[in-house]
Amino acid sequence: MSDTEIPARLAEIREDFLALEQRDRLQLLLEFSNELPELPERYKDHPDLFERVIECQTPVYIFVEIDADNGVHLYATAPRESPTTRGFASILAQGLDGLAVDEVLAVADDYPQSIGLTEAVSPLRIRGMSALLARTKRQLRERRGA
Amino acid sequence: MSVDLDPSDKFSAYAHPERLVSTDWLQQRLGTPGLVVVESDEDVLLYETGHIPGAVKIDWHTDLNDPVQRDFIGSEAFAGVAGSKGIARDSTVVIYGDKNNWWAAYALWVFTLFGHEDVRLLDGGRDKWIAEGLPITTDPTTVTPLEYPVIPRNDAPIRALKEDVLAHFGNPLIDVRSPEEYSGARSSMPAYPDEGALRGGHIPSAASVPWARAAAPDATFRSREELDAIYKDEAGLTEGDKVIAYCRVGERSSHTWFVLTHLLGFEGVRNYDGSWVEWGNAVRVPIVVGSEPGAAPAPR
Repeated sequence: MSDTEIPARLAEIREDFLALEQRDRLQLLLEFSNELPELPERYKDHPDLFERVIECQTPVYIFVEIDADNGVHLYATAPRESPTTRGFASILAQGLDGLAVDEVLAVADDYPQSIGLTEAVSPLRIRGMSALLARTKRQLRERRGA
Repeated sequence: MSVDLDPSDKFSAYAHPERLVSTDWLQQRLGTPGLVVVESDEDVLLYETGHIPGAVKIDWHTDLNDPVQRDFIGSEAFAGVAGSKGIARDSTVVIYGDKNNWWAAYALWVFTLFGHEDVRLLDGGRDKWIAEGLPITTDPTTVTPLEYPVIPRNDAPIRALKEDVLAHFGNPLIDVRSPEEYSGARSSMPAYPDEGALRGGHIPSAASVPWARAAAPDATFRSREELDAIYKDEAGLTEGDKVIAYCRVGERSSHTWFVLTHLLGFEGVRNYDGSWVEWGNAVRVPIVVGSEPGAAPAPR
């Protein structure tokens, strides 16, 4: 994977994880989980906009917004009882926030495998994060094509 | 050193009441010598957000699966995991977890592969404990590691491999996945990644009994009477049946394995942990698509 495809914030997040021992990586993921932003008021009553990520065994829903300046914002909602999934969503929501559509589409699909969580969390669970990224990109393509 | 049993009336109706404890029972015995409380969740971080005081965590994926061979951990590794959690061969192990004890039942099943004698589930699991306002802490548990002996893993009595399923045709199979997975509808949704299997459907002749039907809304197991109605009257199991249960990768079906073995008293129940991820991809094995079980092929 070429680093040129990784936006600065996502690259920072990766460095932060890789600098830690396995056990501490789980703690950092937990911090991300606690930081998953609440949905903005304007989306709170619009479950229809949100797409369920079925690859995650827990109910997680995402909605990708493109603002007037072509900036991407990922909104996600997942229950408190699913901290790992919340952590994955939070990493992407923070790491992608404000990027241009083309920058998000250029993010390497294997970014989730590269942040040093495969061993701490298990490869199977990381697939949930890959699915979040893939669905985010698909929503962007659909929206741009529309 | 075994801790006393929970004498609750509800449990006494089950075939093996010694396999369950109630939240009341556990609350009164926290800290009892010889008792180790284990949390096992689907979510690898849930324990860190708060757990029963003194409980240790065993993760189904990072602790119980072999990282290289697609299999459960071997004898040495299990002895290492158990010992590092402060579990001795004669410890009373009480396992609890999220989602109706889904993963807790799986951990219990793996402990059974190694013949750990006194292993029980907390009826209602994590959800009931929290719903009742019982204590939860994020304080790390201090563990004194113990020596756990290296015990040969004995798969045959409770684990079925693909070949065992092929030889089992004519005997009852229980598919514990959702109705959509059973019929095959779920893996064929357009434009979505599938469940990791090439084909959707079920093993011929398998009855569909989604695993969570065995759980009440408060995450406890349903009563003996209710379970008899589901598995005997409805799914047609009769005493003396040898049953194989399966799901997608073998965890939901270990919950059903627990119900059939310990609550209803069926002997020789096996969990086919290869489950649909193996069967749905395997060469030259029959499947059935749709909501009917289909006829059992000749055993081979």
